[in-house]
Amino acid sequence: MQHISQIVFIITLGVFGFLAYKRVSFLRNCINLGKKELPAGSKAQRLKEMIFIAFGQKKMFKKPLAALLHFFVYFGFLIINIEVLEFIIDGITGHHRVFAPFLGKLYPVLMNIFELLALAVMVSCLIFLSRRNILKIKRFWSAEMQSWPRLDANLILVIEVLLMLAIIHMNTADQILQERNTHYTATGKLWISSLMIPAFTALDTGTLIFIERFAWWFHIIGILGFATYVTYSKHLHIFLAFPNTYYSRFRPKGHLNNMPDVTREVSSMLGLPGATATTENPVEIGRFGAKDVHDLTVKNMMEAFSCTECGRCTAECPANLTGRKLSPRAIMMATRDRAEEIIKNKIENEEKSLLDGYISREEINACTTCNACVEACPVNISPLEIIMQLRRYIAMEESGSPAAWNVMFQNIETNFAPWKFSASDRFTWAENQE
Amino acid sequence: MAKDMNIPTMAEKTGKGEPVEVLFWVGCAGSFDDRYKSVTLDMVKILNHAKINFAVLGPEETCTGDPARRAGNEFLFQMQAMANIQVLNGYEVHKIVTTCPHCFNTLKNEYPELGGNYEVIHHSTYIQQLLDEGKISVEGGFFKGKKITYHDPCYLGRGNNIYEAPRRVLEALDAGLVEMKNCKTKGLCCGAGGAQLFKEPEKGDEDINIHRTEEAVNTGANIIATGCPFCLTMLSDGIKNKELENNVEVKDISELIIKDIK
Repeated sequence: MQHISQIVFIITLGVFGFLAYKRVSFLRNCINLGKKELPAGSKAQRLKEMIFIAFGQKKMFKKPLAALLHFFVYFGFLIINIEVLEFIIDGITGHHRVFAPFLGKLYPVLMNIFELLALAVMVSCLIFLSRRNILKIKRFWSAEMQSWPRLDANLILVIEVLLMLAIIHMNTADQILQERNTHYTATGKLWISSLMIPAFTALDTGTLIFIERFAWWFHIIGILGFATYVTYSKHLHIFLAFPNTYYSRFRPKGHLNNMPDVTREVSSMLGLPGATATTENPVEIGRFGAKDVHDLTVKNMMEAFSCTECGRCTAECPANLTGRKLSPRAIMMATRDRAEEIIKNKIENEEKSLLDGYISREEINACTTCNACVEACPVNISPLEIIMQLRRYIAMEESGSPAAWNVMFQNIETNFAPWKFSASDRFTWAENQE
Repeated sequence: MAKDMNIPTMAEKTGKGEPVEVLFWVGCAGSFDDRYKSVTLDMVKILNHAKINFAVLGPEETCTGDPARRAGNEFLFQMQAMANIQVLNGYEVHKIVTTCPHCFNTLKNEYPELGGNYEVIHHSTYIQQLLDEGKISVEGGFFKGKKITYHDPCYLGRGNNIYEAPRRVLEALDAGLVEMKNCKTKGLCCGAGGAQLFKEPEKGDEDINIHRTEEAVNTGANIIATGCPFCLTMLSDGIKNKELENNVEVKDISELIIKDIK
């Protein structure tokens, strides 16, 4: 019997391991659809950014209540994963609470900390659920948060509550069994789970063993299942927030990335030095801007998969705030959906593309490039960079910008000012003093 | 040319072999927009008052290319940028002061990659420096009893992390400075950035500038101060739309300083 459960456990571990491996390769392929570029900043800068923004959650604390609750869930899961390690070793070797003899008196202390964290996680998740479904906070009910995205968010929170409930139930049953059977390592009374002992103490040993084992299996399969589910959901930020903040941008937000291909062409048109390099070493010029995810960078793609759809960007977006169709969050979700579609269906060439297929011109034309979305993102995602790349494609490959912009372009070309004023009048301001 | 004002051009100064300490980059709005021309003149008055050795490019100045770049036309942007850089480098310009956050951001952050390296200063920072160095000082009293709220231009605030300099300048005036609910890093855009000024907005429930104007008016301020020609236009339009022209003024910080300069 003992060996059967060990074998079942190892097979379960193998199945989830395989599923995770398949999904991780899929996600890697999605992200690698983008173009590679050199990371920005120095290694020290990047590490510092990751420590402050991802580990330290610095930007979360702009909303203190959400930040505190999120911190409980984040920290709780981080620490409780130590217990998962024990679960896995127990599952493979057939031990029960294998760490207990090594940790001695420290073990119950740790268990108590875990239980407190489990309670904090549960309470936080319940508050989060009520913020979404009872208080109906606006950013969780935007146009892009219908059907799957909304269900996804709720599922994650419910699963987290269930996982924590399983730990507490397991410990309750375990504590009663400790007094009936020496197989169950003595932990003493634990702060949270012992409160439920009166409700369970009348049960016979067989039922308690069943509850303890069921909760144990529920928790470990739950954790493994959750880890797999995460790779299908918006919850990937628990892993990707780290590389994503490590590869942050370090220029002032006002800076827009330069296009060296254009620099080469313009230099040669103006006969400037540096232009000669083009003729000696012709570089194949790709598409200007982005029409589809292939034209974006690996960083843009990583951002799309790091986005946890919290909607802080959309809540701060002036265009969205005043009822326009643009939502920076929807830009990230669309980019991700498009990448998944390409890899899933092994699409190489087709009519459909990110632009028009997933993101409309009405959306990207509404952007004021104010950087509110970039500032708001707790994990340093830039929806603005994707918007700008799409605008560049429309302007340079299609000459398809809004008519008023084309007029503005013409004005700059002929009058060297975006308005229709004669260049010769540029200095008349100095003559007309009051 | 100026009667009581001294507005030398780089060409004149260079022709006379006189070195120039600071180039005042006026920008297209500062050159052509009737409302912003008075900001340009007030900035000149401040420069004259502080006896700064400055010059303008005058007829040689052209658009930095910012609106073209933000609308996606990188070719046009780089054509403008490289032509400007040739002029600026030709005059061996080192230090640029400008009254436009869009010009400021482009000159400071985007010209270096194309060969233009200058010390670029927005006029809010520059005025603050002049006050700190005692090159100009404020009488105090002109704005006594008035309430001023400051609107952060995106390309100055979030774009370049300049939040304090304009506020320090306003604090020098004898007025009460009140903040809007959304200020500094959370400052709401006026709606004009990203080349939006040059086209009609997309369909929505309300215009962004109206939304922002309401936030500003709700502070109870008599004066909305800012440091950007686009913000000035958008918020002035918002005040007109609300028919509050007689109650609330929209002003650039240089216009406020010149009113109370010693």
